[in-house]
Amino acid sequence: MKYSYYPGCTLRTKAEILNRYALASAKALGIELEEVENWQCCGGMYTASTDEIATKLASVRALAQARDAGCDLVTLCSACFNVIKRVNEDARTNENFITKVNNYMAPDMEYHGETNVLHFLEVLRDVIGFDELKKKVVNPLTGRKIGAYYGCLLLRPGEVMQLDDPENPKVLEEFIRAIGATPVLYGQRNECCGGYQTLNEKSIAVQRSSAVVESALSQGAECLITACPLCRYNLAVNAAPQIPVYYFTELLAEALGVKEVAENGN
Amino acid sequence: MQKIGVFVCWCGSNIAATVDVAAVAEALGKQPGVVYATDYQYMCSASGQNLIKDAIRDYGLTGVVICACSPRMHEATFRKTISSAGLNPYMLEIANIREQCSWIHKDREEATKKAITMGTAAIAKVQLNTPLTQMKSPVTKRALVIGGGIAGMQTALDIADAGFEVDIVEKKPTIGGKMAQLDKTFPTLDCSSCIVTPKMVDTAANEKITIFSYAEVENVTGFIGNFKATIKQKPRYVDAEKCTGCGLCTTKCPSKKSLNEFNMGLNTRTAIYIPFAQAVPLVATIDPDACIKLKTGKCGLCEKVCEAGAIDYAQKEELIEREYGAVVVATGYNQIKPVQYEEYLYNQSRDVVTSLEFERLMSASGPTAGHLQCPSTGKLPRHIVFIQCVGSRGTACREKPYCSKVCCMYTAKHAMLVKDHYPEVECTVFYIDVRTPGKNFDEFYRRAVEQYGVHYIKGMVGKVEQGDGCLKVQASDLLDNRQLHLEADMVVLAAAIEPDPSARKIGTMLTASMDTNDFFSEAHAKLRPVESPTAGVFLSGMCQGPKDIPETVSQASAAASKVIGVLSKDFLLSNPCIAHSDPTLCNGCSQCQNVCAYGAISYEDQMVVDKGVRETRRVAVVNEAICQGCGACTVTCPSGAMDLKGFASNQIMAEVDAICN
Repeated sequence: MKYSYYPGCTLRTKAEILNRYALASAKALGIELEEVENWQCCGGMYTASTDEIATKLASVRALAQARDAGCDLVTLCSACFNVIKRVNEDARTNENFITKVNNYMAPDMEYHGETNVLHFLEVLRDVIGFDELKKKVVNPLTGRKIGAYYGCLLLRPGEVMQLDDPENPKVLEEFIRAIGATPVLYGQRNECCGGYQTLNEKSIAVQRSSAVVESALSQGAECLITACPLCRYNLAVNAAPQIPVYYFTELLAEALGVKEVAENGN
Repeated sequence: MQKIGVFVCWCGSNIAATVDVAAVAEALGKQPGVVYATDYQYMCSASGQNLIKDAIRDYGLTGVVICACSPRMHEATFRKTISSAGLNPYMLEIANIREQCSWIHKDREEATKKAITMGTAAIAKVQLNTPLTQMKSPVTKRALVIGGGIAGMQTALDIADAGFEVDIVEKKPTIGGKMAQLDKTFPTLDCSSCIVTPKMVDTAANEKITIFSYAEVENVTGFIGNFKATIKQKPRYVDAEKCTGCGLCTTKCPSKKSLNEFNMGLNTRTAIYIPFAQAVPLVATIDPDACIKLKTGKCGLCEKVCEAGAIDYAQKEELIEREYGAVVVATGYNQIKPVQYEEYLYNQSRDVVTSLEFERLMSASGPTAGHLQCPSTGKLPRHIVFIQCVGSRGTACREKPYCSKVCCMYTAKHAMLVKDHYPEVECTVFYIDVRTPGKNFDEFYRRAVEQYGVHYIKGMVGKVEQGDGCLKVQASDLLDNRQLHLEADMVVLAAAIEPDPSARKIGTMLTASMDTNDFFSEAHAKLRPVESPTAGVFLSGMCQGPKDIPETVSQASAAASKVIGVLSKDFLLSNPCIAHSDPTLCNGCSQCQNVCAYGAISYEDQMVVDKGVRETRRVAVVNEAICQGCGACTVTCPSGAMDLKGFASNQIMAEVDAICN
């Protein structure tokens, strides 16, 4: 199983562990993640203005490279996933947009939305399968009560992202079950953490991430998992009640018995 | 060669303002076969019709072309006109120079030219018309009504009142439908049971009406006037003739854990049960999935206590064959179970209920005897949040695209009733729009707001969470542009309405068309709203679309009057413009049978003489009483064997030629 892989900037800096645990786990599961050459920042946020082209070119270049490699493009960071998948949808459906974009592309790289964008969770769920994953777990996290935190970018807009039902998602809960732990359902699991408001209006991020953690604690969660570096930052730094927050890949690596390998460098 | 008369109508200024009618008459008068052409201000008026009749006599016309409005408007009128002058009514062609010409063009010269072309085509067609005769078929003077809710009962009562026999087939053990489950009705707040249970009694007592309860329509064949239905009578394991409805068996039955359907599963019933005290027929039914005797062979308590000796564990399913002249579909609706709306906590909290469940919680015959209490605690709620449009008016796949129509009104009713009984309970309604078009409806809603102090907030609830001893409701107030965090003790979901799941199967067996939401389609959205496009099949109530009780009853009575129109005839005259197959050309491929939406085509072995050779071939045969003349088979037939009377292929080609020349 070979995939083109787009790590994104944060996974090279603050969220390096998200990347390292993922790569070690992928290796253990027989998934080959080949990094896209010379990838550039996805922009971090999908720009809703329809005549915005420049911020979307980086995504299109990564998508075109994956196509040329004959692979689906896998991402780990929720924000990258959101930006790249939405740009890909534009490339598929918005002729005006892709015509303008292709004016900026190298002549042999013209792109029309051919690539399939996957989140690493989708590879686990749809390609490996959670039942299979369960069989490969050597160190089941039995007894751990884990709350899944989805945030916004992984799920919304639902009709484009199509990862899961945005109102009633279950992929992370299934993942938690697959690694032997017990998922804790709580109301705020798909509500916003405050996002970039932490820079602009910190009180919003404090209020939002506190609500998430309170909701998770009230239902008995002992820790939270997320796929998004920004969510993790807000929950860890801005939330008033504290709860350990992990990347889902860290627990995956732990369950697969490759956590130390990851920490010591592959 | 026909002798054709052409009559060009002005339609006042409707046509004459845009089309030079005199020029049209003059030009068409020169066409081959035309012996008379004129124009007149109102051709449909009495003097206009006399003009046509006189011309037929004076000029010995054999065919008539009328250039006027749409044939949908006056084809029947003009057929009668020429018929009264001695012509076959099918020797008429209409060129629609109003809707298809004068109304849609501005340029007088262009429009006149087009009107001449259209008239020329009609002349070319009428040249090839042949006299057609309507067929007669006898009528079975009994109607089948599928569904015994308020729609089915009203239809049956009206048909019976006109002196015809009616069978009601109801799949549940009792008739009465959803209306029997409702507490009060809007906008008058009268007791639903008090209106519907006497109707149930009237229905059962009417000697013209036969009720097949706990039965399903298994199959229907035939056509208008001559339907044959197979009714499956499910075993009750109780002899309905002997059972007195005393209910003693239900007090002794040890299997008590089945969900009570009548109370929307809010409490339980025994395996042998009577749905509710006013059920019709008032007969016990054994649920075979719960009965210990039927499952294990041990028990038999009900048999021991039954003084009437009505229990019969050996009862078997029975198939009953009946004949009918007309069928009425009254299969009704269900409220969706909002299990996919986990954000409202419906699956997790007993205090989140649908409005039909709330209806039972408010009803004196419900599980709490009408005392409002939170299902989880049994205490009176302090604050109830009502959420509108759950599953309606959406674009996502879990949502219905349509408005369920009755929710705005019943939610206002619920909130008003709560405030009336318990003024201290706060009621908040979240809405997208409040839709109250109907007699006394808006006044009713305003009473809820102004008189009873129900809080209406424009905006949707995004999430309901389990809080500490309450439900936490997260919502937005769109008019105030702010997020709301409320605490509530109960949340009531106005979940969408959908057609009963049995409707699709019934639609298929009746070849009655349905829309994408599985509501039955009407023959014409405005002019034939209670008829299915399939002749002899009529629509009553929610099966055709969401509607409230008065609308349902109006439609039910309208459907009944249509049925009476059919049953009061001894013979039916059919449209003679129907398909027929030439056995010498038919290759037996069955393609026509596959495209026929009405099931009018069958295949049989026939002796065919083709080029002097006699042989038996499998060929298509059209049932003339069922064929609706849609023409789907004629364009599908690869060998040109199928043709449509009145719209024959050579007639259509003659029209095309006339237009192209």
